[in-house]
Amino acid sequence: MKHIFCSVALLALLCACGEKPQLLGERTGKQDAPSYSGTGKAFVDGGWTQGDKAGWESHLKARDQYGQNDYSRMN
Amino acid sequence: MARMKFVCDSERCIECNGCVTACKNEHEVPWGVNRRRVVTLNDGVPGEKSISVACMHCSDAPCMAVCPVNCFYKTDEGVVLHDKDVCIGCGYCSYACPFGAPQFPSQGTFGVRGKMDKCTFCAGGPEVNGSQAEFEKYGRNRLAEGKLPICAEMCSTKALIAGDGDVVADIFRNRVVKRGKGAEVWGWGSAYGSKQAGQPGVVAPEESKS
Repeated sequence: MKHIFCSVALLALLCACGEKPQLLGERTGKQDAPSYSGTGKAFVDGGWTQGDKAGWESHLKARDQYGQNDYSRMN
Repeated sequence: MARMKFVCDSERCIECNGCVTACKNEHEVPWGVNRRRVVTLNDGVPGEKSISVACMHCSDAPCMAVCPVNCFYKTDEGVVLHDKDVCIGCGYCSYACPFGAPQFPSQGTFGVRGKMDKCTFCAGGPEVNGSQAEFEKYGRNRLAEGKLPICAEMCSTKALIAGDGDVVADIFRNRVVKRGKGAEVWGWGSAYGSKQAGQPGVVAPEESKS
């Protein structure tokens, strides 16, 4: 019984002496979800399934072409 | 996918401030904070040039380097974002940024210098995508809706282009080649290749045929 009590006390002391990691350059706090995971709402670009990474990339590229490149739209 | 980038075509920008208004409206940016603004060189002089400026989402962002609390992070697409719950509003990022992108609201919990606010490339922040908390802190998350930044999509002359860096570079390169001028500027060769029409010493395809 005494041995168990001592080992628990030593373990508690060791835990108290432990340090939290303080790595330089490591960001703590909330982690952002990737954009292709979507918002879970209906108001998204038509035809794209939320969570589909390849589809998200191709939708953005297509949107760039038909929305921003007037040479490809006009000619 | 390459990194997300903005390019503003100074030959097309007409200083309408549509991008500024669209940004403020989309994200309900508070009074006194402009995530995007139009800068005009030689204002009033014939030949004046304007460009729309916001956070350029630098590849090696100085704001990230100087932040004492590491509130910045970069997404897989190269968009530089920050966590307002970590930001202490010290203002170091605004001194480091060459574009004056970080903005500080004058009203709020922190008094005269609130937590930093800047262009998010319409990608929100670390809150849950599309949530009310994300909207209130960072504005709409259009990227998570499969859309591009509102400033570029609303630009009437398509001077401001945003999106995948490769696509944006292709669109801009094509414009310059079609226009027949612009490729002679400093840095064009390193950005788009040195053997292109308009570059000094390069013969245009039409001239070489005759």
